[in-house]
Amino acid sequence: MAEQASVTREAEREGDARPVLELQGIVKEFGTGAGRTRVLHGIDLQVAPGELIAIIGPSGSGKSTLLNIIGLLMPATEGSLRLAGQDVAAMDDAALTRFRGEKIGFVFQFHHLISGLSAAENLMMPLIIRRGRVTDDMRDRARAALVEVGLGSKMDARPGQMSGGEQQRVAVARALIGNPPLVLADEPTGNLDTENSEKIFDLMRSYNKERGTAIVIVTHDPRIADRCDRIVRVVDGRIEADAPAEVHT
Amino acid sequence: MPLGWFVALRFMWEQRSQNALMATGVGVGVAVLVFISALIGGLQTSLIERTTSAQAHVVVTPLELEGRPILESEADGSVEYVRRVERPIQRVRSIPDYQKHERNIATVSGVQATAPVAAGPGLAVRGATERAILVMGADADRLESVIPIRKNIVGGTYGVNASDVVLGVDLATDLGVGIGDRVRLRTARDEGQLFIVRGLVDMGNQGLNKTWALMTLRNAQTVLGLGGPSTAIYVRVRDLYAADVAAERIGRVTGLTSRSWMESNAQLLTALESQTASTTMIRFFVIVSVAIGIASVLVVSVIQRSREIGILRAMGTSRGGILRVFLIQGAIVGLLGSAVGCGMGAGLSLVFQAAVRNADGSPLFPFALTPGLFATSAAIATFAGVVAAIVPARRAARLDPAEAIRHG
Repeated sequence: MAEQASVTREAEREGDARPVLELQGIVKEFGTGAGRTRVLHGIDLQVAPGELIAIIGPSGSGKSTLLNIIGLLMPATEGSLRLAGQDVAAMDDAALTRFRGEKIGFVFQFHHLISGLSAAENLMMPLIIRRGRVTDDMRDRARAALVEVGLGSKMDARPGQMSGGEQQRVAVARALIGNPPLVLADEPTGNLDTENSEKIFDLMRSYNKERGTAIVIVTHDPRIADRCDRIVRVVDGRIEADAPAEVHT
Repeated sequence: MPLGWFVALRFMWEQRSQNALMATGVGVGVAVLVFISALIGGLQTSLIERTTSAQAHVVVTPLELEGRPILESEADGSVEYVRRVERPIQRVRSIPDYQKHERNIATVSGVQATAPVAAGPGLAVRGATERAILVMGADADRLESVIPIRKNIVGGTYGVNASDVVLGVDLATDLGVGIGDRVRLRTARDEGQLFIVRGLVDMGNQGLNKTWALMTLRNAQTVLGLGGPSTAIYVRVRDLYAADVAAERIGRVTGLTSRSWMESNAQLLTALESQTASTTMIRFFVIVSVAIGIASVLVVSVIQRSREIGILRAMGTSRGGILRVFLIQGAIVGLLGSAVGCGMGAGLSLVFQAAVRNADGSPLFPFALTPGLFATSAAIATFAGVVAAIVPARRAARLDPAEAIRHG
């Protein structure tokens, strides 16, 4: 047993050195026959552990489609996707769903907290989904996570009782509570004022630094993109540029 | 708490007004179900009880006499032919060796008690008044174990000894006799003998009240002029509704004619079955309307919650997990509705029972509010809730998470 654990830890260390995410030749087409439209034209992308990447580009360039494919919410028409060292091609819907729950955290533009749940319960959801049931320790973990994002007093507040900025902080904490290796954020500050946008970005950046969580942010906001490690520019379904942020600026 | 229950309960609590209305709607349906079932069930039970309280569940009698061919022949005796088959008169006959048959009947499963009886037509005479009667001879205790007589005694006692007789209450009125009076009981063929009236019985059936004359087995044998003491064996079975099966078995083991109360009251049973069928139809349509109500509310709920379902899916909830969330909601609404409905139905039945009464103060409609009825109604409503939730739940489970999150 000890030997097996040692092998597992070894494998984890080796895994750490590998990219969290590897896309090769990702093509996405919608429709069939003559009405077929190609939205992504062979995307190659790698994200290392602890990287904070911004994906930018004009509307309709395929950013959201790319994010959906990375998030395992949509299958690619062609190409391969490896997440946390595993090729997802062979996974069926159930396996993919389980894998997504374990490896990816999501932050959406409009917070998308579940309205019938309190802030703490929203935070608990990824843990409940992973274990299949509510357990006693989850509330404590949710409390600690809320304190971390400065919302310790909002444990029992419903989403409707919180401001947009507060809701998005809860959403960020929810994406990270299960310690996934990758967090995907779709316009996380798109619905916030400048001050709250800064706060949300700072929060994600601190998690990224402290926990080494890789974060991919799709954003239109150049101030957010400029503060990332890398900026990937997608135009017409192709990666037009992929370089450290300072090069873009 | 499992994931499905946690999410379902939170969803329901958030839309509690909507769910309360839905549960009330289900409750009204269940109340109708409970009320109608209790009413029809009560009426049927009462009717069957009244019918069977004055008769044996199974009556075993000698085989009917068969027709014998009348033979005729030519004058010279050369040709003999059947001229006709004459149906014999079915006179009252005793069962030979009835004790042996009783023992055989006792071995049949489901048989609770037996009583040999001597029954046949006779006349009651008092002064110039004559009434046709049914002479009924039996050991009082043994007859009591098959047909409850004592609880129906309205005057005197049921203890038939020596020359005692217990008369149907209407017969006594017709003859103008009371307790202690003498009455002559006989058949058309002989003078019979005098009996002292010891008791009056009201079997709740005018036919019996106008004809019954209960006496000892031996006296009945004498009055009826029988060769043996018993003309029939009355049988009580444990399960009233399995009397036909028991009768068939008894017929096989005894080789005698064996008729269940169900055979003797076939028309009544047919009427009751028709009534049950119509009640079942009403129940079915009530359940369908309840199910449609639940389904329509849940369909709207799925549409309203599309984005949240998408997020739950994105966070790793399986299609099965989403399916369970909505099936549980359907079941809970069904269960809550049935709780409300059982209360409403029971209340309505009790009010109705208290309000509508016979002249003697007894309820006109005996409602059968049994734990079984409540359990069945709750089970039906809960099942209907789950079935109603299948379509919306499948719709929710099939939602594409990317589309649901983007477009809601």
